[in-house]
Amino acid sequence: MEHNVYVYFLVAAIAVYLLRSLPITLIQKPIESRFLRSFLYYVPYVTLSIMVFPAILSSTQSLWSGLAGFLAASIVAWLDGNLFKVAVCSCIAVYVVELLPIG
Amino acid sequence: MQHAGSLTASASAGTRPFARGLRDGLPISLGYFAVGFTIGIAAKKLGLTPLQVGLMAFLMHASAGEFALLSVIGSQGSYLLMFFTQLVVNLRYVLMSCSLSQKLQGTPYRHRFLLSYFITDELFGLAVMQKGQLNPRYYYGAVMVASPGWALGTVLGATVGAILPLSLVSAFGIALYGMFLAIIIPAAKTSRSIAWIILASMAASGLCTVLPYIKNLSSNFRIIVLTLVISAVAAWLCPIKPQEAEDSQKAPAEEGGVSDGT
Repeated sequence: MEHNVYVYFLVAAIAVYLLRSLPITLIQKPIESRFLRSFLYYVPYVTLSIMVFPAILSSTQSLWSGLAGFLAASIVAWLDGNLFKVAVCSCIAVYVVELLPIG
Repeated sequence: MQHAGSLTASASAGTRPFARGLRDGLPISLGYFAVGFTIGIAAKKLGLTPLQVGLMAFLMHASAGEFALLSVIGSQGSYLLMFFTQLVVNLRYVLMSCSLSQKLQGTPYRHRFLLSYFITDELFGLAVMQKGQLNPRYYYGAVMVASPGWALGTVLGATVGAILPLSLVSAFGIALYGMFLAIIIPAAKTSRSIAWIILASMAASGLCTVLPYIKNLSSNFRIIVLTLVISAVAAWLCPIKPQEAEDSQKAPAEEGGVSDGT
């Protein structure tokens, strides 16, 4: 039996929306436990760090350009946390290194 | 009605939350465009029309989720398989949703239902950067630029495919990672424990991609398990002080946070 693309979409969309909407609507009160609060406080930093590294190294055409983008973004983020500047600088670093013979 | 109070307070603070959201959402939009583009190319290979691909992008707003969706369609898997694949691949959104619930004290249900539809890694990152409570209008501002970038990139990827030079797509592709770094690194400057947590997380993540056996686990599984373990250890070793906790609870601090630049 041929499956319907739109039913696939719907099923997938419902699954993702359940994950996203249930905690945020069910947890209405501030969490009192110090451990849980600390845990949730650290979750963003941990999960974003894990997503960045090492995936950033293979996000471009070569390891070298990925590394250059990683370093450029880290340095600019340290000096000036502006999102747009950091994003643009990492893109430029990748583009320049990929023009080089090693890239 | 704490929420209404926070809206008026933020309006009097000068910058309008919606406009700030639009501005901060722009780099996300550019990065989304590039990632969407690559998904669009993959979707076209499966024979989906640009319209279907755009619909998928708007329904999902999730790159890993969309790649998983395409692979299930490609193998003509059952609807049940689709459902469970999506639950597993996108499980990290549960943690993000829990975390955001603490920044929405007193926010009515309608905002919770609407806002959570657009929880993505990047928009979540923006939201946690906001000091104090999250103003839903700020979030919607960011969504208004980021979401069209995502959908347009995906549709264009499916339409024109390989017209853009690969080097340009490749360069844009790193933008989202750059943004993640722009979110976590400034926090490392102000808190030594966060600095160590970032280093430990990256080291553990790197290790898990090279160690035998462990490296075969999917990246989604790795993200979930490492996030749970490292956050728990961090919470145990360096529990936040009451004032830090309050800092993430208190309403409203609309001075723009780290992203306030020119």
